[in-house]
Amino acid sequence: MRLEGLNIELSQLPGAVTAFGAVVDAAQWIDTCRAVQEQGGRLVALWAADARGEGRGFIAHAALVVRSGLLVLTHPLAGASFPDVAAIFPAADRMQRAAFDLLGVAASAGDDRRKWLRHAAWSATEFPLRKDFDSRRRPHGEPSRDSNADESAAPRVTGGRIPEQTAFGGPAPPLDAYPFVRVEGEGVHEIPVGPVHAGTIEPGHFRFSVVGETLLRLEERLGYKHKGIEKRFESMTLAEGARLAGRVSGDSAVAYAWAYAIAVESATGVTPPPRALWLRGLLLERERIANHLGDLGFLGNDAALAFGLAQFLRLKEDWLRTHHTLFGHRYLMDAVVPGGVAGDVTPEGAAHMRSEMDEIERAVTVLKSVYDEHAGLQDRFINCGRVAPGLAARLGLIGVAGRASAQSWDLRVEYPYPPYTELEVRMATHRNGDVAARVTVRFEEIFESLRLCRLILERLPAGGDIAARVPPAAAGAFGVGWVEGWRGEVFIALETDSGDRIRRCHPHDPSWQNWPVLEHAVIGNIVPDFPLINKSFNLSYSGHDL
Amino acid sequence: MYQLLKQIAATGIRTETPPRPDEALRVVAERLRADVLRHFAGALTIRHVDAGSCNGCELEIHMCNNPYYNLEGLGIRFVASPRHADMLLVTGPVSRHMETALKRTYEATPDPKLVVAIGDCGCTGGIFGESYASCGRVSNVIPVDVAVPGCPPTPVAIMQGILTAISTRNSQAT
Repeated sequence: MRLEGLNIELSQLPGAVTAFGAVVDAAQWIDTCRAVQEQGGRLVALWAADARGEGRGFIAHAALVVRSGLLVLTHPLAGASFPDVAAIFPAADRMQRAAFDLLGVAASAGDDRRKWLRHAAWSATEFPLRKDFDSRRRPHGEPSRDSNADESAAPRVTGGRIPEQTAFGGPAPPLDAYPFVRVEGEGVHEIPVGPVHAGTIEPGHFRFSVVGETLLRLEERLGYKHKGIEKRFESMTLAEGARLAGRVSGDSAVAYAWAYAIAVESATGVTPPPRALWLRGLLLERERIANHLGDLGFLGNDAALAFGLAQFLRLKEDWLRTHHTLFGHRYLMDAVVPGGVAGDVTPEGAAHMRSEMDEIERAVTVLKSVYDEHAGLQDRFINCGRVAPGLAARLGLIGVAGRASAQSWDLRVEYPYPPYTELEVRMATHRNGDVAARVTVRFEEIFESLRLCRLILERLPAGGDIAARVPPAAAGAFGVGWVEGWRGEVFIALETDSGDRIRRCHPHDPSWQNWPVLEHAVIGNIVPDFPLINKSFNLSYSGHDL
Repeated sequence: MYQLLKQIAATGIRTETPPRPDEALRVVAERLRADVLRHFAGALTIRHVDAGSCNGCELEIHMCNNPYYNLEGLGIRFVASPRHADMLLVTGPVSRHMETALKRTYEATPDPKLVVAIGDCGCTGGIFGESYASCGRVSNVIPVDVAVPGCPPTPVAIMQGILTAISTRNSQAT
């Protein structure tokens, strides 16, 4: 089949997501990317795979958004390079560099050949996601130590130096070098920040070039949290992978678990019972509300309104306690499983959620008016960290931050599957693209998600079945999952192996698209506003570093 | 301003009773002298280090300072530098890429110091285990006093771990 004037042969992929697959050569790879970009589409993810074991060599994949849905390109490589698409989609730059670090397949003629996810854990000539890379290898290339060794053997030294007898003890190994882009000129100096940050947040390195207090340039260096998630998937069965998927980024457990479940269901031809799909919607919206409540509290706090943090975290705590009581986990981990969901909602549980939602809605309405009318707070929010709509479109900003810069992408609206096909989600968008806009979008999304949760509870299909049995997958089956998480769209591509195992699983976080835009958002702002701007994006390190 | 004050008054005080220390969480026997621990118990400063977590444990560490748990009300607060800290609160399996930063943070923390490992990953390596990119549990890399399991551990469990580290067996008996 053909689509939207694209000159490639497509086949529809099975499953909940409207997705099409195409095998392309190098010329079609780049022509298709260009055509999609010209038609207003964008890049969702770019990754590579090692299919030499199946006699197919290396493969480059790209997931693109076209009007009809998701387009997944598969480009078998003759050697180990594929055409660079970073000039078409700027967000592709880091994804291509990561593909080289992990698989040794390079974007030809790419401008930026610096390493990205690789620091010191492996050398420039090793590629962890190649099938011939020893999956049992340990840090520093050492053999595995017994993790269950007697705890009493743990060191008791109180001195400042790290004792040698821990498995990886001894002095700190040297940091690897990374060629940051230098800003030169009179009065320019650099402020290096991280990887260990001042607050309770994830690690990453920010290199600021400043004159006085004004930011001239920010360069991010990520990859500190790289812990081999993709390689780990390849040692797991499809069922085991669900638990890992829910822990790619702990704040988006439902989004990842749902995306993974759709990918498994698409690869195995399973359709979950309707009630399970509606419950997944309920869980996803509750996860969105939980995260937005926390973010709004911290945004107030970062602008010196501690009242906001106390109030919003109180509401979030109530919300999490309900998660624990009704779904067994405060962050809803393992609540979504391939085939359906792990637990059902009782009439009493639904009644509790309804009354709690009324209470939260009242409280958030009051807090919104406190925020809106607080001159000091608005002074910090308005015009801070602005990303104009044109820049957002060019760089491919998505999710909450994208919608605050007039990028009206929301899978629940544009590419809905049940239950969203029945819910008519109202998208929250704003044009100003500053911290204030990202705050406003979060407030609006809380109210909208509360409305959706009520609708779901009202219309929840009856019937006790909440999970379909997932049969063993055939080797080489391919599936994709695509879910609008609270931060933005979460994408998972999955290929199965024999024995119900995972051959390749690529989870993609929306932070890949949004991290580079943060570098632009801070230009011209002052250093003390960086934490506020950063928080208003609230991007994932773990989901990005994998 | 009226609305803000009204909301504070309407919310009232939500703080709950803090948990008791739990000896079972201890990895090594009490290392520090009781008189040192008594000082910590009055005013403890913590430097949090995420050494490679999924971010789940960070969410729960945040929650320790919500009005229900009010960790700061116990004289325990988070500081921005290891140089100001008595305790390191370490989450995650230690990624190979965070090994250097964690060791440097440990060395920068003045003695006497305590280390509490948070979460299943901090205790055992968790679902990520040991790999080319992960050093596994925190005690593989730096000495650990107390380890708090859970995925993620609840705020109560985290507070219990912190309180256990600064308690002495004698103080628990009273």
